Amino acid sequence: MKPLVEIQNLVKYFDLGGDQRVHAVDDVSLSINPREIVGLVGESGSGKSTLGKTLLGLHDKTDGNVSFAGQVLPQRYRASDFRAMAPKMQMIFQDPYSSLNPRMTVGEIVGEGLRLQPELSASDVQDRVAHWLQLVGLSPDHRSRYPHEFSGGQRQRIGIARALILQPEFVVCDEPISALDVSVQAQVVNLLGELTQELGLTLLFIAHDLSMVRYISDRMAVMYLGGLVEVGTSAEVFFDPKHPYTQTLIASNPEADPEHERGRQSTTIQGEIPSPVNVPAGCRFANRCPQAMPHCSTTTPALKPVPTTSENLQSQRLVACHLFD
Amino acid sequence: MSEPILQVANLHVDFQTYGGVVQAVRGVSFDVCAGQTLAIVGESGCGKSVTVQSLMGLIPMPPGRIHQGSAHLRGHDILASKIIDGQDIRGSQISMIFQDPMTSLNPTMNIGSQIAETLEVHKGYSKSDAFARAIELLDMSKIPEAAKRAKQYPFEFSGGMLQRAMIAMAIACEPAILVADEPTTALDVTIQAQILDLLGDLQQETGMAIILITHDLGVVARMADEVMVMYAGEVVERGGVDDIFYRSGHPYTQGLRLAMPTNNQDTEANQTLVAIDGSPPDLFNPPRGCAYHPRCPYAMQVCAEQAPPTRTLGADHQAQCWLHHEMAGALPDGLVSASKVGQ
Repeated sequence: MKPLVEIQNLVKYFDLGGDQRVHAVDDVSLSINPREIVGLVGESGSGKSTLGKTLLGLHDKTDGNVSFAGQVLPQRYRASDFRAMAPKMQMIFQDPYSSLNPRMTVGEIVGEGLRLQPELSASDVQDRVAHWLQLVGLSPDHRSRYPHEFSGGQRQRIGIARALILQPEFVVCDEPISALDVSVQAQVVNLLGELTQELGLTLLFIAHDLSMVRYISDRMAVMYLGGLVEVGTSAEVFFDPKHPYTQTLIASNPEADPEHERGRQSTTIQGEIPSPVNVPAGCRFANRCPQAMPHCSTTTPALKPVPTTSENLQSQRLVACHLFD
Repeated sequence: MSEPILQVANLHVDFQTYGGVVQAVRGVSFDVCAGQTLAIVGESGCGKSVTVQSLMGLIPMPPGRIHQGSAHLRGHDILASKIIDGQDIRGSQISMIFQDPMTSLNPTMNIGSQIAETLEVHKGYSKSDAFARAIELLDMSKIPEAAKRAKQYPFEFSGGMLQRAMIAMAIACEPAILVADEPTTALDVTIQAQILDLLGDLQQETGMAIILITHDLGVVARMADEVMVMYAGEVVERGGVDDIFYRSGHPYTQGLRLAMPTNNQDTEANQTLVAIDGSPPDLFNPPRGCAYHPRCPYAMQVCAEQAPPTRTLGADHQAQCWLHHEMAGALPDGLVSASKVGQ
């Protein structure tokens, strides 16, 4: 199968002036197959959102390539590139409170993308908006209301309708459920799952809730300080993590099961994610890693295949760690 | 179980607004024992925070009003007066940490002085003694290089470090009760695990009680001894942590659990998330009968008409639900009846 989205050695630095640069995304390669849901996890500051935004051209690429269905996307988007790509690649944002324009009605927000299709008449636009509002579980009568009249879960539904009305093939979901209550999270996750099935979407699902990512995604990629440390099927990565960072992350995830929690060891990892400004040489995780070896702080480990236990032969298990050299 | 240090009975809090009266807390009763952790769980807007803020005197009055109920800390009525033996209980007996440490600290004072201020006010320490003790407290909260960090300002701290500083401040006067209102919601899982470990260790050392407000059932499973599930300003179920997770007696508790993925390798293939449809009710005008009936998959006619009685399902385990009535028939899957407990 040919990948739908192929990321090759993508780099995104932010210059801070002087010699200082934020290494937000540093040499990331990842292929996403059609109709696949890839979960991207990592702590805040690991560069998950920057990766998602750079994919869609919301940030210029410092280096590397992103291709979509075989076509290499420009390094820096111009207005015409956005117009060309918007119907194919879309984004659902984290905060449903700040990502909807408070001065536009819901109908205007959801229908805005349809301006890219000037052949549609005003009544066609109205009909499509009504149809999509219904698909995401809102009422067509909500068209003339403003975002402040809706709850967080309803706003996220509006954001989903806005992103999907152009029927894109690929959607980046940037923490779409983090701002929502548990019961509403399940509503939004189920809705996203149904729509993905029905429309044959491909998703990059960014989140820090490990259980939810494991539940929703086919494959899981773990990011630390700008680089990928582990990629594999969700079940493999979650139940049999290889990289010491992934192991720490999974071990820190509290489980809704008191017996399991009573048997838990105390936290193995100390310290916090270092600053992405002027990243140290070698493995980025070396200074917090319980199994660090001398050469970890000098040589950067590459993302390499390790034997997989999955029956899915398409999927490759990749780990960036000297323990697997 | 030891003698409760805090006893709250039939607490009612409401807010007068232009749109009408919001009945935020409607008859909440609970006890807190030394060395124990009570978790209060529920969706946003169900009255978790208002309950503890009313005990701390943090509700602005007006528009807020505590119009019924009582709260006693070691026999002293703390709703009538926050002063016991000439000391304000807030800070010395009960202290609180908040969800967002970035906005709960003073940005213009260094961290050490903010902690020292608590000691100067409550314990009458001199400035230099208080600062020295502040450094010890930061050290107890496992902040590395505490002496250097004490002279730094909040913007120089990361979120996890600020939450540690908040904890250091909260335990400065060795309170009997620490109220933690969503203490780890804004933090990453690895930092969350560190903070929860720290709270557990401090509780072991000092024997303080913790009231933990959260909506994350994983955190509840990890920290709680007792759990109180709130919905629409009322307690719908209360019990030991195992009662709530393994022998739940209320459809809302069950709904919260089924809405979260469980990470069990054996059952994962057939698991689907079950969302609770709809949203919590408007507390201007709470529904008649059981407040949960419009969203409850098992609602019966009586649920819409009369408030359910409290049923005892086991030692220290109660639920408010009509399904446990003799006339309700067989219970839905996953709920535990009073008669089955102890078998």
